[in-house]
Amino acid sequence: MKMKTVSESSLPPVVFDGPTWTPLLELSAREVFEIMLGTKLRVHGSHADAKDGEFTALVGLAGSLCGVLSIRCTNQAARIMAGKMLDMPPEEVDSDSWDALGEIANMIAGNFKGKLSGVGNHCMLSVPTIIVGTDYQSRSVTGGNLIEVIFEFERKPLWVTLELHE
Amino acid sequence: MSQIRALIVDDSSVMRKIVERSLRQAGLDLSSVIEAGNGADALGLLDAHPVDLILSDINMPVMDGLEFVRQIQAVEKLRSIPVVMITTEGSESNVVQALSLGAKGYIRKPFTPDQVKEHVLPVLGL
Repeated sequence: MKMKTVSESSLPPVVFDGPTWTPLLELSAREVFEIMLGTKLRVHGSHADAKDGEFTALVGLAGSLCGVLSIRCTNQAARIMAGKMLDMPPEEVDSDSWDALGEIANMIAGNFKGKLSGVGNHCMLSVPTIIVGTDYQSRSVTGGNLIEVIFEFERKPLWVTLELHE
Repeated sequence: MSQIRALIVDDSSVMRKIVERSLRQAGLDLSSVIEAGNGADALGLLDAHPVDLILSDINMPVMDGLEFVRQIQAVEKLRSIPVVMITTEGSESNVVQALSLGAKGYIRKPFTPDQVKEHVLPVLGL
């Protein structure tokens, strides 16, 4: 994952604030889906099965916020997202579903950091990375904080997760 | 409205298609659209394909959008082509840097077709 660097001396202190940031992350995702896909997301109301997270898109954050934003969903959900973005039937979508998921993650990350006062100028985003499959674990080497919002998209769960290093 | 030749630079093929669709929805009569996945490839295309408008992402591999604009400004025959940045990198410092390097406009993702129209038509004098 290519990551740009930000001068350490220019970084303002950012204190993790889960209660404030969770609704901002939720709003960031909702806005991206409404504007780019014409879809209103709603929070998933029941237990979400991890096996429904077949596709994962990761975007790294570096600078005053340091960590990873990820979104996970089913293969079919990723196809539907791409179809909505491209205005074409999901069954005609090929590898564009990976690209679309990565771009959605990128936009959610950018939208989120833009909502944090003073952070936008001091936080860079990586280009997205896509993981296919569910048999993996991700673990921060420095410990940290986690925000996760589970939405419902096309009757399947859609995880939006922000993991920040301390 | 005269015909416009556009170059769209973004590492996401989905986003390139969305930008093209948004340009057409904005009422632009596009006679040709060429695409590149990064700034270096875009510079290579410009050698053989003259264009009237460039829309470019900032955060791309190989050569990012800011360096791309910088290199366009260094070439006399390319300097007059209006460049509009379309990117998630919506921080104020990036806006200032892109505009100071010579970009004519700035659209933040996510965007609506109306926002594309609002920012692109003026730089074309339309």
